[in-house]
Amino acid sequence: MKGFDYRRAGDPAGAVAAVAAAPGARYLAGGTNLVDLMKLGVEAPDLLVDVGRALDDRIEEGPDGSVRIGAAVRNSDLAAHPAVRRRRPALSQALLAGASGQLRNTATVGGNLLQRTRCPYFQDITKPCNRRDPGSGCPAVEGAHRDLAILGASDQCVATHPSDMAVALAALDAEAVVLGTAGQRTVPVAELHRLPGDHPERETVLEHGDLITDVLLPALPPGARSGYRKARDRASYAFALASVAAVLEVREGSVHRVALAFGAVAARPWRARTAEEALRGAPATAESFARAADAELAAARPLRDNGYKVPLTRNLTVRLLTDLAEGASR
Amino acid sequence: MSTTSSRALGTPLRRVEGRAKATGTARYAVEHSAPGAAYAWPVPATVARGAVTAVHCADALAEPGALAVLTHENAPRLREPQDATLAVLQSPEIAHRGQVAALAVAETLEAARACAAAVRVEYAQLPHDVVFRADHPRLYAPEQVNAGYPTDRERGGFDAAYAAAAVQLDATYRTPPLHNHPMEPHATVAEWDGSRLLVRDSDQGSSDARRTLADLFGLDPEDVLVVSEHVGGGFGSKGTPRPQLVLAAMAARVVQRPVKLALPRRLLAPLTGHRAPTVQRVRIGADRDGRITALAHESATCTSTVREFVEQSSVPSRVMYASPNSRTTHRVVALNLPSPSWMRAPGECPGMFALESAVDELAEACGVDPVELRIRNEPDAEPDSGRPFSSRGLVACLREGARRFGWHDRDPRPGVHREGGLLLGTGVAAATYPVYASPCAAEARAEPGGGFTVGINATDIGTGARTVLGQIAADALGVPADTVRALVGRSDLPRASVAGGSSGTASWGWAVHKACRELRLRLDRDHGGAVPPGGLTVTADTTEDVRAGSEYARHAFGAHFAEVQVDTGTGEVRVRRMLGMFAAGRILNPRTARSQFIGGMTMGLGMALLEGSTVDPRFGDHVEADLASYHVPTCADVPDIEVGWIDEEDPHLNPMGSKGIGEIGIVGAAAALTNALHHAVGHRFRTLPVHPDTVLAALGAL
Amino acid sequence: MDDESRRCPSSEVRLQVNGTPYRLRLDNRTTLLDTLREHLDLTGAKKGCDHGQCGACTVLVDGRRSNSCLLLAVALDGAAVTTVEGLADGERLHPLQEAFLEHDAFQCGYCTPGQLCSAAGVLAEAADGMPSAVTPVGESPRLDGGEIRERMSGNLCRCGAYPNIVRAVQDTAQAGAAR
Repeated sequence: MKGFDYRRAGDPAGAVAAVAAAPGARYLAGGTNLVDLMKLGVEAPDLLVDVGRALDDRIEEGPDGSVRIGAAVRNSDLAAHPAVRRRRPALSQALLAGASGQLRNTATVGGNLLQRTRCPYFQDITKPCNRRDPGSGCPAVEGAHRDLAILGASDQCVATHPSDMAVALAALDAEAVVLGTAGQRTVPVAELHRLPGDHPERETVLEHGDLITDVLLPALPPGARSGYRKARDRASYAFALASVAAVLEVREGSVHRVALAFGAVAARPWRARTAEEALRGAPATAESFARAADAELAAARPLRDNGYKVPLTRNLTVRLLTDLAEGASR
Repeated sequence: MSTTSSRALGTPLRRVEGRAKATGTARYAVEHSAPGAAYAWPVPATVARGAVTAVHCADALAEPGALAVLTHENAPRLREPQDATLAVLQSPEIAHRGQVAALAVAETLEAARACAAAVRVEYAQLPHDVVFRADHPRLYAPEQVNAGYPTDRERGGFDAAYAAAAVQLDATYRTPPLHNHPMEPHATVAEWDGSRLLVRDSDQGSSDARRTLADLFGLDPEDVLVVSEHVGGGFGSKGTPRPQLVLAAMAARVVQRPVKLALPRRLLAPLTGHRAPTVQRVRIGADRDGRITALAHESATCTSTVREFVEQSSVPSRVMYASPNSRTTHRVVALNLPSPSWMRAPGECPGMFALESAVDELAEACGVDPVELRIRNEPDAEPDSGRPFSSRGLVACLREGARRFGWHDRDPRPGVHREGGLLLGTGVAAATYPVYASPCAAEARAEPGGGFTVGINATDIGTGARTVLGQIAADALGVPADTVRALVGRSDLPRASVAGGSSGTASWGWAVHKACRELRLRLDRDHGGAVPPGGLTVTADTTEDVRAGSEYARHAFGAHFAEVQVDTGTGEVRVRRMLGMFAAGRILNPRTARSQFIGGMTMGLGMALLEGSTVDPRFGDHVEADLASYHVPTCADVPDIEVGWIDEEDPHLNPMGSKGIGEIGIVGAAAALTNALHHAVGHRFRTLPVHPDTVLAALGAL
Repeated sequence: MDDESRRCPSSEVRLQVNGTPYRLRLDNRTTLLDTLREHLDLTGAKKGCDHGQCGACTVLVDGRRSNSCLLLAVALDGAAVTTVEGLADGERLHPLQEAFLEHDAFQCGYCTPGQLCSAAGVLAEAADGMPSAVTPVGESPRLDGGEIRERMSGNLCRCGAYPNIVRAVQDTAQAGAAR
């Protein structure tokens, strides 16, 4: 790790100005991923601008049921907040399925969204990686890729986004509020991360200096239920092999409203629009859910060792939607 | 002074260093302050085979705080080591990726890391061969395998007997590379005082570390002091000196200051040894009642080009079951990989996964209960040697374990026990581990102010060695345990064998017992039972006693029972219960013994369901280099584990009547779990670990 | 000198550790874990992986458990830190420490300080009603075996003392609830 300057930002605008002005600057919030990557040499900033205290760490529920989450809210606090825990169990469950108690106490909402892939080649600077070092190659396509992407990948990169939280946010139609030098804008969480294509190094739609200040959750219709399911090797403290977040509203036995997102299958939380389309108006049965999942996963392009993610994601989807349809809120 | 004949052995004393560990005051290797210490950080090679052609250090040395960069060109010359993996920075040759190509030394940890990152190494790369296959063309029969066992053994005529058997089983089992990953990474702080060397090291035997340093640096062993007071686990990986010991001493000599070197976690896989992968073919011929008539266990494994290390996986088949015809073999191939080394129950652990899986398959093929089938094949004497067993508690463990587990209520049909989306199953497997002991010396002292001190350079890697040695001493002296202090973990104490091979308590305790008995005798005979004003010290050496050996085959035995659940939608396997019954001689401290058994079983759970690394054919390293990708069990993976033991009175072992307990807990545990998995889903899992993707594939294929 | 300070900047950091205030000048790269171990000679917090993957470095920061290996000290200016050395009240052990000794909840002891600090955090989190992955939605957490296993999963123990750790934490939680 090389030396770096450290500056504590007083407010978000000051932070943006400081980072935008310095190409080698990075924002520091919880640091659970950034410090890890700095130790690995993947990140080597000249300047850290600490936004941990400049960003809001409050959660506010609006009168319409929408929620504004300050980007510095810690993962564990978000998971416990009634607006999330009771009203949006998918998000609470996703947060609590990730990392460990210690890490959730430290990691922030903004940082969780912007965490980097755990692809072993990305993390090892002695090996090629197009995402880290454009044009150097992607050894994962032929190498160790059991954990990597089946959807939306390219021959340049098969990385997955590791966040559990982001999958739930994508299904909940969350938006990130982004402050940049040109002002403020919102970006749907489901569109925050780019698919790799020919430029895997462009991981998000954010520009250098852009800062996520808040995450907005729209109000949920009263009849909608949500949930999150994750499969992993270890019973806890492990990244997902695959995960599914869903919001479902069933009326008179049919799917009235559905939002579905897959985790650990692509470089971003994968909003399953094809499946959603197939489900709208369909009977809320395991058969419909399976057909919808299959429709989405028809686009999957598994590699040698990660084809299991197709049936796994399908099974998780069927089980989660079935449980939600049956009224089980978890 | 008390002369009551106390009975410390067999009582569940708390570990004596417990308070220090629970309050954070116990110091491990580099936690000892060394004023003026510098910090070292290795630069790992990035090719799997080749030679260093240039090391560019200018940028590294320009880092603030940089002190030195050691390379093969400027590092101190060492005498040739017995273990070639310790010849660090002695030549430009690179034998595996991750080998230490240079060592950065700097004022602070941060500077050392930055300095190492700034070293630029150029290589001449050669083609490498890192892919292990059981049909590798360069497989060969080594002269012997680990622990000195013969490579091949043949008894009767396997081929004819197998061909004639009514029931034939032929199955191949695979175990992956496994990493020890003790929680404390290998670490050393070294400090020179002229030609004297003081080292604090994290190892399983500092007598060995001292001898190694003296040899490599050409020192009088008396001038080397190695202290290993508290050691954060080892599981075999600290059983022999590792490169950080030598590197720290070299660096300290170069910068003429104390140097601390704690290996980064990611360098444990390449630098500290691992359990090599195995492919094991087991063939069993039996009659329709499941009586074995022919048994072949043929193992293939790999080693490095630096050092031959051959996991003795077929050896347990020479011990376990009666069979008039038997063949046990080992083959190995040297690849451009890091050197494998000791990991908890080398040989027995992977070998019994294969054998105990095969026996379960045989039981199914014969329609015989797997507990009963094992009992039917109980030998009268050790099958391979014909020697009588000093004691053999396998049947007792199987019977008592089955009773406690509720085995007899089990419906043997696989794949029928459903609970919602879960399939449940139970399994059994046997365990065995040899009884080893090594010569040691110990001293016992009656203190003039009261109380006793025993000293021996044993190492407490978490086994509770201090505690049990105090108990042994107390009983040998006939005094209460709280009047005895046991000193361990310093190479200026009487020399001791390594904390390995489950032999520590037997070896060290034997010497402590002998010294204490002699001390008691002399106090009583020469001093009327009183302590002379200057105290009295007695030393003892067990070389003769241990070398006398035994005409008996001596092994511990055990039985594992396990229940698993399989999620049919995700393939996730979770363990519901594990029960281990062991027959390991006399259990000297039930509290710490229970912990060791549980610990071994937990590592067996990891082996069955979680652990395993893969070699990247392109780069030649283990992909799962950190603890986020190499999954050791977490608290959530481990159910409440029940442990019990059979009281065994065996007069042919050592004065304490104990067998080793540190390793047998892992032996057979994985087979019990995969046998339970078979019972749950009706598919045989012969390749470890069994991850959800494997299970999903099996469920899909059923 | 200018060149050095540009490449290796340092900052003044105020920390309160186990009740004692410190004012330190630290390389910006220094983690809280290395601050404790290398600058304050508090070696109770352990370095197992240095990447937030094992939990051996767990300490309490402003009362909440955290992996000290991933925290830059410079970012913690003004924080109150409790390490394993600060759990006991003088010679009187923390109930968790007593329970760990009674249940033999460790072997090598290297993960133990992290386990203890984590367990202290778990007790506080459960008392505050913080859910875990196994807490049923709509219910307050009860520290049974399943809850403790999940909540303590950020602390790896290679010796495999988990069943004993769970008992120790459970005993302490029950004794606390009884008081």
